[in-house]
Amino acid sequence: MNLKLLVWRQKGPQAPGRMVEYPAPDVSPDMSFLEMLDVVNEGLIRKGEDPIAFDSDCREGICGMCSLVVNGVPHGPDRAATVCQLHMRRFHDGETIVVEPWRAAAFPVVKDLIVDRSAFDRIVAAGGYNTVKAGGAPDGNSILIPKDQAEQAMDAAQCIGCGACVAACKNASAALFVSAKVQHLASVPQGQPERYRRVRAMIAQLDREGFGSCSNEGECEAVCPKQIPIANIAAMNRDYVRAMMPGPLALALGGITEAFEDD
Amino acid sequence: MNLDPHIPSGPLAEKWHRHQFECKLVNPANRRRYTIIIVGTGLAGAAAAAALGELGYNVLSFCIQDSPRRAHSIAAQGVINAAKNYSNDGDSIWRLFYDTIKGGDYRAREANVHRLAQVSVDIIDHCVAQGVPFAREYGGLLDNRSFGGAQVSRTFYCRGQTGQQLLLGAYQSMMCQVNRGTVKVFSRREMLDLVVAEGRARGIVVRNLTTGELECYEGHAVLLATGGYGNAWYLSTNAVNSNVTAAYRCHRRGAGFANPCFAQIHPTCIPMSGDHQSKLTLMSESLRNDGRVWVPKTQGDRRKPAEIPEAERDYFLERKYPSFGNLVPRDVASRNAKEVCDDGRGVGDSGLSVYLDFSDSIQRLGRNAIEEKYGNLFHMYQKITDENPYESPMRIYPAIHYTMGGLWVDYNLMSTIPGLHVLGEANFSDHGANRLGASALMQGLADGYFVIPTTVAHYLAGIPQARLSTDHEAFRDVSAAVQARLDRMLRISGSRTPRQFHRELGRILWDQAGMSRNEAGLKDALARIPKLREEFWQDVRVPGEANNLNQSLEYAGRVADYLEFGELIARDALERRESCGGHFREESQTPDNEAMRDDAHFQHAAVWEYTGEGKTPNFHKEPLVFENVTPTQRSYA
Ligand SMILES: Cc1cc2nc3c(=O)[nH]c(=O)nc-3n(C[C@H](O)[C@H](O)[C@H](O)COP(=O)(O)OP(=O)(O)OC[C@H]3O[C@@H](n4cnc5c(N)ncnc54)[C@H](O)[C@@H]3O)c2cc1C
Ligand code: FES
Repeated sequence: MNLKLLVWRQKGPQAPGRMVEYPAPDVSPDMSFLEMLDVVNEGLIRKGEDPIAFDSDCREGICGMCSLVVNGVPHGPDRAATVCQLHMRRFHDGETIVVEPWRAAAFPVVKDLIVDRSAFDRIVAAGGYNTVKAGGAPDGNSILIPKDQAEQAMDAAQCIGCGACVAACKNASAALFVSAKVQHLASVPQGQPERYRRVRAMIAQLDREGFGSCSNEGECEAVCPKQIPIANIAAMNRDYVRAMMPGPLALALGGITEAFEDD
Repeated sequence: MNLDPHIPSGPLAEKWHRHQFECKLVNPANRRRYTIIIVGTGLAGAAAAAALGELGYNVLSFCIQDSPRRAHSIAAQGVINAAKNYSNDGDSIWRLFYDTIKGGDYRAREANVHRLAQVSVDIIDHCVAQGVPFAREYGGLLDNRSFGGAQVSRTFYCRGQTGQQLLLGAYQSMMCQVNRGTVKVFSRREMLDLVVAEGRARGIVVRNLTTGELECYEGHAVLLATGGYGNAWYLSTNAVNSNVTAAYRCHRRGAGFANPCFAQIHPTCIPMSGDHQSKLTLMSESLRNDGRVWVPKTQGDRRKPAEIPEAERDYFLERKYPSFGNLVPRDVASRNAKEVCDDGRGVGDSGLSVYLDFSDSIQRLGRNAIEEKYGNLFHMYQKITDENPYESPMRIYPAIHYTMGGLWVDYNLMSTIPGLHVLGEANFSDHGANRLGASALMQGLADGYFVIPTTVAHYLAGIPQARLSTDHEAFRDVSAAVQARLDRMLRISGSRTPRQFHRELGRILWDQAGMSRNEAGLKDALARIPKLREEFWQDVRVPGEANNLNQSLEYAGRVADYLEFGELIARDALERRESCGGHFREESQTPDNEAMRDDAHFQHAAVWEYTGEGKTPNFHKEPLVFENVTPTQRSYA
């Protein structure tokens, strides 16, 4: 097939960007979307032009590195898939495809289709973990975890941290990303000691990074390649309310068991 | 080159504990005065960063991706081994040790492998404490699966995303240390060289992939956890940014490279569909439990599979290996697929694939049963190929998957350059000539969480605490050389892209140093690779500038290193005139075409010493001594 691409080109973070048109001739329906871009880039290199910069690594939907908005939808038209899993047979001959980077103030463009998602790392650093020392853990079977509870934890833990949720949200909210981690660790017994401290710290960092607030639009869930449901956001909010209550009240509700000196 | 493995004395089972006691320690108050550079944030690197940060060292962590969480380890779908014997089926540390040594076809060091089996049990406990959501049984206990022909159920898993969950556990622990200020993360950085001063590894030169600037970092020790080099063959199951650059640059600075020709080929990958292909996708090996492998009996038979009558099909694995059938080991299945394709009987447009047919199983067990077992995989297959495996057979072909070779390390995971330690897939130490399924994840975490904290302390306690300025001439020289090389690549302005060179090199290696190797082919590769390298340096085209984000330049640098390293692969394969594990030399096979080892001449690790650009490297051996197991010859007839 022969296609036309409209691609966002931007030389650097401060430079102005614009849409540029490229022909994509002789595209095989068996190519993945990223392989199609590879081929276009090979042509650009041979002509001595600057190839289109975009991120990718695993190319099988698990690393979360690829991050393209295709025809206005993060990761493109397929449900439950990343853009590296999208194949060209999804398009038809003569079509024009619009390719843009994630757009959110907290994800500044680095170049062309590459954005800076380090805000996600800082949110995890703020509290997205259990504190454990290597070598000090009890036997893995010493605390039993019912199967469905483990499955529930796994459902949330699947998040690949790609940021499509932010890109799809009109508020550029990262609530789905944060809630997935909060709910993963809140679903296992090993995550309980730091449960409320964690949610407080992660949300405080979320706010500092300049992500918008969640207003229950649900766009995030629709584009999430791992189909993480927004029910996690509600559960996170519940934990957050408990975490923010003053001591005695929270204790009565089964929430906070420790005092916070910091955010 | 000093290849003393520094194996502790004493009986095998006591070596590690004895060593832990005998190793020197660094006082907790002093640890922050030591800077440890860790390159790579896969299981090995992230685990090491988390563990060393927690101990109080000053850790600098580097990765190519935009976040440490995206390292290639994230893609491991399968399972992780640990000798817990939760299944009560007779597993033990000894059995895991024995299986690993035997699986590696007696080309690994006993002491290292035994230690790996010992610490495997701690890995699971630690990961559970981190919150890794391993699969559980209804009663709440950890669930186990048998895997890869092992006779015990010793693997742990998180659905089909075990690598992801283990890596996220390590990443989170590492980020916890970032919060405490012990670990600093430098993402989108590519290590382009090692700095050695006064005989010790003292730093690295990296390119900041966002700004293009070269940056120098200094430390008391350098830990390399940069993964495997499967992408030397161009197409592999590895992530596209996986590379050999960091390891190869260390090799050029004096680190011995061991067994570079040991690569594992996985038989069940989705075949390539055209020249545009950028990577190959692995399909779980478990498919061979219910699928039957076949090709048409006649060459060039282009009929649809359904139109080929039973009598005209060759179920070649069942025919040749009646007792194991479709479940022969990875290398045997791979080699046989290649053979029938070379014979002109391969299927698909390219003729480079064989059928994996589920129709018998669907008839016997029903479509639902098959869907329940393999639904995800069938879905993935259909998405990629647009073919429905419930209705017509899947097509599969082998692909490069894992590299057992790597930088040589002693028992302390230290390379031949003092201070340079190598962890995970980047080293050569534990899997011999063939890695067992589920053991790479185990090794990465063992090295990072449990081995390196002991052994790096021992090293640090024995060296001066003084720091080295990055203005030191050692840094200036190395970074000037790196800059000159980048500038040189940009100046050539030839007519071929880095990808064209990479693809061409991949073809040479796949044909001559892939599933089956022989003297003539390897000699041919040794003649062609240097020529291709010369062409690269005359005719490559790399657009853009060095002081900017420039993915073509990144890629060109990696390809340039593959073009040197590829030669080393071929040389090593030529030198090893025996077959063992994944290395099959056609000259060394049994009457029924099985790999035949030659213990009298090749019971060693082959270690290569760099001697200069275009010069023949020096060859050294580390003899392997088996005091606890007796090497046997495997047979699947
Ligand atoms: C598809 C697939 C499935 C697999 N399934 C299994 C399985 O089920 N069980 C199992 O045990 N094993 C499996 N393996 C093997 C296993 O995943 C790997 O061997 C293992 O994850 C390697 O971990 P690592 O930490 O050594 O390196 P990697 O995870 O490869 O990490 C390398 C790190 O080094 C960094 N890096 C590399 N070069 C540079 C440089 N020059 N400068 C800076 N940073 C650099 C990268 O950014 C990355 O952070 C699988 C492999 C593949 C490809
Ligand atoms: S490249 Fe890894 S998810 Fe797309």
